[in-house]
Amino acid sequence: MTALRKNKQTTHEIELAGQLAILDLSGGLYLPAHDALLVADLHFEKGSSFARRGMMLPPYDTRETLDALADVVSRLDPRVVIALGDSFHDIGGPERLGDEERSTLAGVQAGREWIWVTGNHDRILPETIGGQVVEEMTLGSLTLRHEPVAGDQAEVAGHLHPVGKVVMRGRATRRRCFLTDGTRCIMPALGAYAGGLNACDAAFKPLFPNGFTAHLIGTERIFAIAKTMLCRD
Amino acid sequence: MSKTSASRLPKTFRDWFESRGWEPREHQLQLLAKAKAGRSVLLVAPTGAGKTLAGFLPSLVELAERGPGRGTAKDKRGLHTLYISPLKALATDVARNLETPVQEMGLPIRIETRTGDTPSHKRARQIERPPDILLTTPEQLALLLAHREATEFFQDLRRVVLDELHSLVTSKRGDLLALGLARLMSLAPQATAVGLSATVREPDDLRRYLVPQRHEPSPPLWGRDGEGGVSANLEPGKRRHPHPPHKGEGETLRRMEAAGQTDANGTLADLVVVKGGAQPDIRMLELDERLPLAGHTASLSMPAIYELIKQHKTTLVFVNTRLQAEYTFQELWKLNDDGLAIALHHGSLDVAQRRRVEEAMAAGRLKAVVCTATLDLGIDWGDVDLVVNVGAPKGASRIMQRIGRSNHRMDEPSQAYLVPANRFEILECRAALDAVHEAAQDTPDARTGALDVLCQHILGRACADPFRLEDLYEEVRSAAPYAGLSYEDFEACVAFVATGGYALRAYERFAKIVKGNDGLWRVRDGRVAQQYRLNVGTIVESTMIKVRLGKTSRSRPGTVLPRGRLLGEIEEYFAETLTPGDTFLFAGEVLRFEAIAEDEVLVTRAGSGTDPMIPSYEGGKFPLSTFLAARVREILADPFEWDRLPPQMTEWLLQQRRRSLLPGARDLLVETFPRGNRFYMTCFPFEGRLAHQTLGMLLTRRLERARLKPLGFVANDYGIAVYASGDIATRAAREPGFMDELFSEDMLGDDLEDWLAESSLMKRTFRQCAVIAGLIERRFPGEQKTGRQVTISTDLVYDVLRKHEPDHVLLRAARADAATGLLDVRRLGVMLQRIRGRIIHKPLDRVSPLSVSVMLEIGRERVYSDNADEILAEAEAALLDEALA
Repeated sequence: MTALRKNKQTTHEIELAGQLAILDLSGGLYLPAHDALLVADLHFEKGSSFARRGMMLPPYDTRETLDALADVVSRLDPRVVIALGDSFHDIGGPERLGDEERSTLAGVQAGREWIWVTGNHDRILPETIGGQVVEEMTLGSLTLRHEPVAGDQAEVAGHLHPVGKVVMRGRATRRRCFLTDGTRCIMPALGAYAGGLNACDAAFKPLFPNGFTAHLIGTERIFAIAKTMLCRD
Repeated sequence: MSKTSASRLPKTFRDWFESRGWEPREHQLQLLAKAKAGRSVLLVAPTGAGKTLAGFLPSLVELAERGPGRGTAKDKRGLHTLYISPLKALATDVARNLETPVQEMGLPIRIETRTGDTPSHKRARQIERPPDILLTTPEQLALLLAHREATEFFQDLRRVVLDELHSLVTSKRGDLLALGLARLMSLAPQATAVGLSATVREPDDLRRYLVPQRHEPSPPLWGRDGEGGVSANLEPGKRRHPHPPHKGEGETLRRMEAAGQTDANGTLADLVVVKGGAQPDIRMLELDERLPLAGHTASLSMPAIYELIKQHKTTLVFVNTRLQAEYTFQELWKLNDDGLAIALHHGSLDVAQRRRVEEAMAAGRLKAVVCTATLDLGIDWGDVDLVVNVGAPKGASRIMQRIGRSNHRMDEPSQAYLVPANRFEILECRAALDAVHEAAQDTPDARTGALDVLCQHILGRACADPFRLEDLYEEVRSAAPYAGLSYEDFEACVAFVATGGYALRAYERFAKIVKGNDGLWRVRDGRVAQQYRLNVGTIVESTMIKVRLGKTSRSRPGTVLPRGRLLGEIEEYFAETLTPGDTFLFAGEVLRFEAIAEDEVLVTRAGSGTDPMIPSYEGGKFPLSTFLAARVREILADPFEWDRLPPQMTEWLLQQRRRSLLPGARDLLVETFPRGNRFYMTCFPFEGRLAHQTLGMLLTRRLERARLKPLGFVANDYGIAVYASGDIATRAAREPGFMDELFSEDMLGDDLEDWLAESSLMKRTFRQCAVIAGLIERRFPGEQKTGRQVTISTDLVYDVLRKHEPDHVLLRAARADAATGLLDVRRLGVMLQRIRGRIIHKPLDRVSPLSVSVMLEIGRERVYSDNADEILAEAEAALLDEALA
């Protein structure tokens, strides 16, 4: 059953630095060669971070993000999960994590290797959060880190929260997306309150001197969209 | 001057009236008597009746009799009269007009205005040393009431004058003002209110608005002095879990309307009505040429309009949208061989330019002004002797108020022409003319106070000084729009202001307002108060983006550089839907959209003779009123009525009857026909574009489920056309009852609920509620670029909240808005009920005369869809095409 669904939902395959990578509707990236699931920019506890400053956003963002994470982990059942940084919105985030969410997270982590790559929002992570904490790492030919670094090195990174906007005959839609040129992949943010940066933004230019293809996450499946089809905000 | 009036006015005033050769009008004296008797009163009078002076006369008399204060700290005098106007410009204008009698009579009265433009030192001085009369706006009143000195500032208040009340009460600003008024009446129980209004359908609604509403003794729920029952729901952990979402027939609609009904009776202010003098001389502009079946430009009528302008002293040419204003202005100047002074006035033009037009108009230097609703309100524009209304009138009261603009001497008949732009508009103009002759009104129903506005008010109240929950509840319910507010809803709003009001109580320690040991609620700190001041108001402006003329780069052909001049601003959401190459009309010319660079829209001039591709869909801003719609349906249904229509219209209707049929006044005609390789379905509910858009969204969902493969739909004020690759007519023939099923009311259950989950209109509605309620901070133009401003997408918040707490107060507020606002769900609901069992399906071989009109919208209007995958699939296919080419 799991295998069947796996095939049905995750058939959006790309090649990344010679490896097969499967892009998941959740915003996760699965590397079959390593049985590894990569997720980026979970931004847990962003809601409570805003509440501290008087903007009382609904306190369900962590739960929502965790549900999405738990769903993709249970579907793919990977050996290792690697979170590419900004997993918490701020350093106090792990502290504010509710009991229920804490135990959901532990459940998702159970029985597999778990690696937190640190990001600019969560440079420090407490041991109580489980798993390993690293600044960056390699997986076969790929370097995994939070902030992408321009250059020839093959990497998977997050940080920029790419979204692609498409307008067809007056109808517009703006969706989270993976950006890749076959060597580098910038992952979408998985966090429920993580906003997006338009893929046409200048920040992406030095990372993809030869252009990229955007893989936009639709409601039912992922769509490969040419850079020329994307619009600015 | 008559003896009675003489005895009622002090000598100074009698002399002044006499010196001007005037006589006080009866209603002016009536208002004076009401004020002496301590009564609040609604004055309903046409333009030019001396309404403003009537409103102020009692204050002037009282202040004159009171004599000058010594102005020392000991003899500090509070504010006597507060005047509220919907427009800053109107407040300034009235202040200026008021100075004249005060100076001529040498009265010791200090009159000041307080608007967004008032410098801070002057504001501080006004608090320190209040003027006798202060003229301001609803937002400024809210700010004053949230001031720590509010109690002292308002304690001597005697009178509140609310100008243009009919226009204020129809929006959330009216809710905010109602709450402000309730607060004022608590601070100054001796004060009375005077409302000045144009003629409305239900004067009693406005009479209730002016005076505190009384209520039955408090419900048993909270008898025990704030202990137990009342605040139980606000205590951490004790709040009951929100209801699970109900789904089922009409449930969503019911929830939208559940915000509570206003009492049918209630307390009323007194009423003084001034009958309109002469009947307005109003007619339809009839042409020999045939009007087109669709379109809003009225291009054929321009020469006739130009002739009318020539024959009159000063003409106001009203149009419905900014782009119509642009177009009409351009067309009139093409004809303007006489070099007449014709000016343009609409909301997107530079403020300085608008002020120049207004001044020139007041000085009588202009022959005509082409304008939108921005000129609708009662500023005195001098000697206008003709009003021309181009396009659909949309509502009977609306058109009468516009015509009232013409001719400020109320005893002479106003001159006006209605100019239909297409054949349907002929029907609408006919219906409007009938309504004017019967003096029938179709102003909207009284509002039920919005919960997001209440949230804003509660925070403001806490900023002023600590309050008891029960006192505030009583005070809020004394405001007419909130008379039916339940204690649960009130409590939910307080909980929202404090901690967001979520069932999961995660934010107790960050609470913005807190209940002290003394049982009083107070604001946490000055930072929260600062936040309130920045967010006050109910007008959430759509973000505007600058339009700049670009130049093509010489070194890199195909690249457009931002080197040209600034043309003005357009709404961001309009810019968002433009694709490079789209052409549109702006600032008097046809422009080609090139790109969005930085924070500007780059455009080039389109070649001459280019037709703009992208029309403005703002025509739907004011949907056709229910009243006029019903009349239009009646005219269509009754051939005897056709005699009163121009011959071209009758001919068209006869053709429709021959080729298809004309429905009865309460029926819904549905036509189906093939065309090309598609199958079309049209219907004509006449419920306005907004309700039709919602209907179209829901119909396409149902057709999708019926596997009829809908491809899209278009809507206008009169009907919609849906097109599909599946054969709808054959299905209807095979399955009796298919059409009844398709249009059944249960579409307002699950289908509506599902659509609301992704609807961009609903998300926009939610964003407005979130800003007004203070969930997120208002963005100010330019601020978002600094990067310091932390913003969060309300679309993301909407998705999360909807899933986890579907009955949250903000979602309820947004649903209540959707019932009447951008989605107009309530009207759709009434329509579906009306047509139940009265759907007439007419399968045709080809398009009927009636259907042509809405079919013409295809390609002219945008296609609506919120289905992201459809759009993406199309974009993906474009990539494949490219690869294969």
